[in-house]
Amino acid sequence: MASAAQGKIEMTLAPHARTNDSSAAASSTSAVRFEIANLNFYYGPKQAVFSLNLKIPVNRVTALIGPSGCGKSTFLRTLNRMNETIRNTRVEGSILLDGQSILGMDVVNLRRRVGMVFQRPNPFPKSIYENVAYGLRINGYKGNLSEHVEKSLRRAALWEEVKDHLHKSAFALSGGQQQRLCIARALAVDPEVLLLDEPCSALDPVTTAKIEELMFQLKDSCTMTIVTHNMQQAARASDFTAFMLDGKLIEHNETSKLFTTPHDPRTEAYITGRFG
Amino acid sequence: MSVRLAWRKGLNGVMLTLTGVAAFAVVSVLFLILGYLIYNGGKSLNWNFFTKLPTPVGETGGGMANAIVGSLKLLLLAAVMGLPVGLMAGVYLAEFSGKTLSFIVRYTTDLLNGVPSIVIGIFAYSLAVLPVKHFSTLAGGVALGIMVIPITVRSTEEFLRSVPNSLREGAMALGASKWKTIATVILPAASGGILTGMLLALARVAGETAPLLFTAFSNRYWSPGWTQPIASLPVMIYTYAIAPYDDWHRQAWAAGLVLLGLVLLANLGCRLALSRSGIARSS
Amino acid sequence: MSASATTIEHAAGPESGPRALIQRLRHGDEVAHLITLVFAGIILLLTSLLVWELWVNSQLSRAKFGWHFFYTRVWDPVFGDFGAAPFIYGTLVTSVVSLVIAVPLGLAAAIFLSELAPRRISDSIAFLIDLLAAVPSVIYGLLGIFIVVPLMRTIIGPALINTLGTLPGIGILFKGPNYGVGFFTAGIVLAIMVVPFIISVSREVLLTVPRDQREAALSLGATRWEATWQVVVPWARTGIMGSIFLALARALGETMAVTMVIGNDPKIVTSLFAPGYTIAAVIANEFTEATGDLYLNALIELGLVLFLMTFILNGLARLLIIATERGGGHPA
Repeated sequence: MASAAQGKIEMTLAPHARTNDSSAAASSTSAVRFEIANLNFYYGPKQAVFSLNLKIPVNRVTALIGPSGCGKSTFLRTLNRMNETIRNTRVEGSILLDGQSILGMDVVNLRRRVGMVFQRPNPFPKSIYENVAYGLRINGYKGNLSEHVEKSLRRAALWEEVKDHLHKSAFALSGGQQQRLCIARALAVDPEVLLLDEPCSALDPVTTAKIEELMFQLKDSCTMTIVTHNMQQAARASDFTAFMLDGKLIEHNETSKLFTTPHDPRTEAYITGRFG
Repeated sequence: MSVRLAWRKGLNGVMLTLTGVAAFAVVSVLFLILGYLIYNGGKSLNWNFFTKLPTPVGETGGGMANAIVGSLKLLLLAAVMGLPVGLMAGVYLAEFSGKTLSFIVRYTTDLLNGVPSIVIGIFAYSLAVLPVKHFSTLAGGVALGIMVIPITVRSTEEFLRSVPNSLREGAMALGASKWKTIATVILPAASGGILTGMLLALARVAGETAPLLFTAFSNRYWSPGWTQPIASLPVMIYTYAIAPYDDWHRQAWAAGLVLLGLVLLANLGCRLALSRSGIARSS
Repeated sequence: MSASATTIEHAAGPESGPRALIQRLRHGDEVAHLITLVFAGIILLLTSLLVWELWVNSQLSRAKFGWHFFYTRVWDPVFGDFGAAPFIYGTLVTSVVSLVIAVPLGLAAAIFLSELAPRRISDSIAFLIDLLAAVPSVIYGLLGIFIVVPLMRTIIGPALINTLGTLPGIGILFKGPNYGVGFFTAGIVLAIMVVPFIISVSREVLLTVPRDQREAALSLGATRWEATWQVVVPWARTGIMGSIFLALARALGETMAVTMVIGNDPKIVTSLFAPGYTIAAVIANEFTEATGDLYLNALIELGLVLFLMTFILNGLARLLIIATERGGGHPA
């Protein structure tokens, strides 16, 4: 039973995920970007995250998987304190970014360092150029704006497609292009971490593949945490995977290990499609 | 924290506080108005006010009994003339009309709604005063009646449309004709909203002064029948407020309190009733 | 009754023919349709009649003065020379002053109500502000005469004259004798009257801005104010403009409150503290005193001018508000 599952997952592991396999063993002891300890989260009286402990490694892609409503998006949003925009929410426990507690930190600065890409593309009603430049402008960027805009668009693999149309409205782009624009916009402020909340759920498979390729190229310079309900995507694109269920972290391991030899029976049940 | 960040956060705090101050300021104006009227008007409100006619200048003890009755008569006329038109036109828009005609009717209704009340007064003057060469209660009723129509049309249509289709279909499936469905099922279902809409329309025109200035004009005595000029609360307030007599100013405050009290009570009651019944409403 | 089975007399037959017509009439639908149509038609009739009456009853004045009417500054009932310029000026100046005060105030309050206040508080305050919109004009006038005018004469006027009045350029607006009545006072009273409209419409439009626009800005490290002012408000721009036009249209036609505090002097002056006159005010004051047909016609022509001004503005406002409603996905 396990080996059939193993075989199925082996097939979907992309080559670069497998090569990371060997280096992952070495990097499992390497630097950690986020250290979350004993995290509890409440929407009013209702608790959504229970005693969560997790270390998110530097310059790797960590995927959060689990069935709908398990709390993975809620947890993701605590990492840049976006949940504070909702009333009556409460966070307990510790979240350290490079050793510093984010709860005590200035939230505006935190959000510059920890960027976010949302489920549906949400470009501003401005031009492509102005969308990418927005974060730079509000932070008072002193350097060459156009140069940096180009650099961000290249990092998001969008430059070639839009370089002649920078002043056109962002809404003139297709869904996949808009999402890559949002990635470029988030990258423009040089975040240390990029949080991606189901970024491909509104996109077609071809665009999804492009964005996964993007993540592979970006991770050398940027720690990424992606929430996805698509297990194959997690298996393809991430180095580490965390499985959540009912607000609790069930299992967390290198992706290849989690998918081939899961420790917890619930993890196995989920990844073999028995529920979720 | 960098200087720039500190500046941005400072600006953030200041601007957000200012928005709160603005909201607070606007709301406090309402309470200010009420407070002044209650204080100044309350002092001068007495039995005479409600029961006596205006007295000649210099004599105290006068009242506005004729103006109160006058306003009621004018409202009655406005209701009789304007509400049925508004109701029927609203039914037409919600139940019968096709696309182009409904656009035309709606556009015209909005147009009429946006006409300044003084211009409506001119219109009513040319319709009802010019031909007979004297001011009358009727003319005032015409002016107010015209103003009632657009407000009533809009709220009637809105409430008719809010009746769920399932009710319509249920009646028709039982063999009811369209007009029977409207009369026996839809109108009753929407009646609460429609009636409150009508009440609000009347409350709105009760406070109108400009259109009465040269239609109903004014009257320092009772106005029997419908063809003589008639006093009304708003016009009395205006006349007394701009006059140089203290006694008249006091009476103006009292009248203002009575008028505002009635208008606000009607509005409060209607809106609360509407929101409690959960019917979505856009003013 | 040897009806053969093959010929069916009145099966699912044609909708025409006398029998069908009688059936429909008995059902009453056609009649109901007609009756309600007639009432709807009354509205069309009334509106056309209004325009026609305005046109016809201003005939004498239009014939005599032509286009001069719009820029003649003279208003002389004795010699029968009438010009609309002072009134158009007064109407525009008071409306502009009212907007200068009401727009920032109203927009700020709308932002507070849509972005900062918890939903229930926001709804309660919005309810109270709607009540403010129901206060009759003459009551505002009453308060204007007895509260704003003395305030203007004793405190606000001198303060402004001593500060803004000393500046170059803008200073000419704040000079001159100050009796408490005038353009500025009228502007203040008008501002209070139109601010509820700006708040009500703007708040509704701001509430429809998609959440993730604001979140996108915040996630880039914007402060709450930056996210609101640079992203949320621009999204709602068209609807907010619509609310401003609506407010302007309302201010132009306002009669009683303005009449009671403007001073009723048909002059064109730069000082905001000077007494002035608006179209609505002069009609209200002089209509019943008008001697002679020309005088009356001139007043009615003023009414026609006012009608056209509000007609155009209201039309524009509706277009803008409809544009926001249709915009849906993203702003126009």
